[in-house]
Amino acid sequence: MNDRFNLYRFASPATFYPLAGKMIPWFVAAGILFGLAGLYVGMLVAPTDFQQGEGYRIIFIHVPTSWMSMFIYLVMAFWAAIGLAFNTRLSGMMAQALAPTGALMAFLSLWTGALWGKPMWGTWWVWDARLTSELILLFLYIGYMALVAAIDDARRADKAGGILLLVGVVNIPIIYFSVKWWNTLHQGSSVNLTKSAMAEVMLWGMLLMALAFWMYSIAVALARVRTILLERERHTEWVRKELAGGEQ
Amino acid sequence: MLDIVFSVIARDLKLAMRRQADIVSALFFFVIVVSLFPLGIGPEVDLLRQLAPGVLWVAALLATMLSLPRLFADDHRDGTLEQLALSPHPLGLVVTGKVIAHWLVSGLPLALIAPVLGIQFDLAGDALLVLTGAILLGTPALSGIGAIGAALTLGLRGGGVLLSLLVLPLYIPVLIFGAGAVDATVSGLGGEGHLSLLAAMTIAAIGFAPWASAAALKIALE
Repeated sequence: MNDRFNLYRFASPATFYPLAGKMIPWFVAAGILFGLAGLYVGMLVAPTDFQQGEGYRIIFIHVPTSWMSMFIYLVMAFWAAIGLAFNTRLSGMMAQALAPTGALMAFLSLWTGALWGKPMWGTWWVWDARLTSELILLFLYIGYMALVAAIDDARRADKAGGILLLVGVVNIPIIYFSVKWWNTLHQGSSVNLTKSAMAEVMLWGMLLMALAFWMYSIAVALARVRTILLERERHTEWVRKELAGGEQ
Repeated sequence: MLDIVFSVIARDLKLAMRRQADIVSALFFFVIVVSLFPLGIGPEVDLLRQLAPGVLWVAALLATMLSLPRLFADDHRDGTLEQLALSPHPLGLVVTGKVIAHWLVSGLPLALIAPVLGIQFDLAGDALLVLTGAILLGTPALSGIGAIGAALTLGLRGGGVLLSLLVLPLYIPVLIFGAGAVDATVSGLGGEGHLSLLAAMTIAAIGFAPWASAAALKIALE
């Protein structure tokens, strides 16, 4: 322990594995705390909306999941760029570990949106620009996971997935603006969510829930990356030691 | 530097001409898909006229998809691709040539036959013109973006289905502006804006996509 603290040390699977293991409980705890606080503020403190009644409270799930679905894609693209530029093994695994969580967030965002839309707008689905681009984001996640799953060689899967992520991240703004323009050309926006008058308590509830989802995503991704690590590095000495130590 | 692009185009065109059945079957796939829609929807002319741009464009996307797996697969199988990758020329330029050749045998025929199909959907003269122009301008982008997908799925099992999963979401902007150009013309707004954006996407795709595909090819050839 006399060498200087070096962050790059944790790019090595053997050192990252125990670190991730130590971090997971903290993120789980933070996620539970933020989640409880967010639910308390959202369900009990925040006032009933004068237009939407109690139904609006789905916003405390809906908005954080939408944010996370977009944010996770960016994080994956970041890891993909790092992995392709520096040829690090862990980066591709991080991207892969994040993908199911991102897809889940996109799905939850669409699902809660549908549940919210039915009582508020009277329809499960509208071809609104936001909904459509969220759907396309879900397609991008599914495409990435399908590609990675189809490649047997792990290193090739990482790199090919990385290229797909970078291509996707370049395309997301183009897709978003084309969908937006398409929507305004075809029909007047039937969705009108004016958020200007949102009470401060509601905003706090949303932020707390967003933090809770964020912590959850990190914890789950770390847990997943640990299993990916064990699977990929199963032929190495440290994994054998690790597994033997676990059985004692 | 452009010699390599032209020689790859010439080579791929010669190969394609030796197997014209492939070109013709993709073209007929396009014709058949477009013809299925009136049978499914019904022969009301007003409805068909409204649906025509979208139907033709979706069929064009699918027809382009159909020929994508072969973009690199044949060369990969007989080792040509490795030789091309080993050549002193940048692989990106080689891919550019292949993309242009792919467009010449897949996108261009679609644009040429689209007006005939447009007449079946009762599109007026100016709409037909814009439709042809839009397909001419937009399909190179489809070939370019598709090349990335083809390179990423090279040699994988279930490559064709996987390719469509990867590529179709990325095709959405082209679909929107391609069909939008015709819609805008029909409704009297003028499709120039859409056509300009299509051209911009094509230029971006032809400029950048070959390099992304080249990176993907290098990974596949490792």
